[in-house]
Amino acid sequence: MKSHVWRPLWVFLAIVAVILLARVFLVPEDFGVHETGYMYGWYREGNVQEWKDPQPKYLGAVYCAECHEEKTTGRDASPHGAIQCENCHGPALGHPDDPPALAIDRSRELCLRCHAWLPYPTSGRMAIPGIDPQSHNPGEECSSCHDPHHPNLEEM
Amino acid sequence: MKRRDFLKHSIFAIAGAGVPLSALQLVDPKELFAARPELRWIFLVDTYKCVGCGFCVKACKTENDTPYDANVTRTWVERYVMTQEGKTYADSPKGARDGFTTSKIDLGRGNYREIKEGEIEQGFFVPKLCNQCDNPPCVQVCPVGATYKAPDGVVLVDRKWCIGCGYCIMGCPYGVRFFHPEHHVAEKCNFCYHRIHQGMKTACVDACPYGARRIGNLRDPDDPVTRVVMTQRVGVLKDEFGTKPQAFYIGLNREVR
Repeated sequence: MKSHVWRPLWVFLAIVAVILLARVFLVPEDFGVHETGYMYGWYREGNVQEWKDPQPKYLGAVYCAECHEEKTTGRDASPHGAIQCENCHGPALGHPDDPPALAIDRSRELCLRCHAWLPYPTSGRMAIPGIDPQSHNPGEECSSCHDPHHPNLEEM
Repeated sequence: MKRRDFLKHSIFAIAGAGVPLSALQLVDPKELFAARPELRWIFLVDTYKCVGCGFCVKACKTENDTPYDANVTRTWVERYVMTQEGKTYADSPKGARDGFTTSKIDLGRGNYREIKEGEIEQGFFVPKLCNQCDNPPCVQVCPVGATYKAPDGVVLVDRKWCIGCGYCIMGCPYGVRFFHPEHHVAEKCNFCYHRIHQGMKTACVDACPYGARRIGNLRDPDDPVTRVVMTQRVGVLKDEFGTKPQAFYIGLNREVR
């Protein structure tokens, strides 16, 4: 079998063997076809757990109520009761240890997300009391007149 | 060869060729079971309720560490305005991260169009996110097995495995995927996988003050979201693509793409 025709074949087979050997070491054991089948389920199974692990940043009003009960009670009765605390106060992860105080967004832009008047009859937007940002006290912070926790116009 | 043998062999060959390949495949019980596990996440969007505040987009970007000022986002809100002349305008400035605060439609390239109140026939908002398709085209095109459908139906991206070729970004008919500017891999909405598996709702669902976004389990007949999907008139986006999207919409019309 000593022939110039056969020699390249041995080289080729050697390369294939090296690749197969490298594959054994480089491809993790949990990589392969899983439950969802070959077409959609060919993956590294450990990654599913990796996506489950991160800590949520937004913890919800229930978490806020653990300490700030005086602010959260009666919240449901307010027109702003449906808005999560963290929408304006920022995500609570780590608070009160780190950060000790949350960065509250008091900007006019935040209120305008809902309260800039838009003439869209087939959306819920028209049901919200709205202003024209150009003419309604431009440049002023809304919270200097309105109480964001109890935004009742009659109590102003 | 005798004529008799020739005919015999021919019949066998033709009959053999007639058997589809799938008929020869052995049935894998694991695969059959996966077709109906006890958990399948679905999403329900009520476009009547959405007011375009964009709190969902803000919460999503913060929760999932999507660079806040880069023009990429896992979820976004589109505004549709139809005029009495029959024209349709749609925009989503910054993915509605800061909500919609002006009635000027963003036409792109610094052009805006003001539509007078009297001209508007319909105006509404449509939140968009990954549809977690049952037949995800983005997964089919991945050459390395970095993106896949998890057993609970959510399509995930393995950041360690992705080579950043971008096939999936082109493959998604809904434009949901993008290139993560920091991790340099494909990125997409995964229904806040960490939150839903820790007993919470997704960040966008929690942030929505109007209940326009809801998440549920299709395999649980008592789930309020499943009940709506099963008993009310809901639509899906781009049904004709055959992707079997699992984000359902109340109040879709044909202008919404």
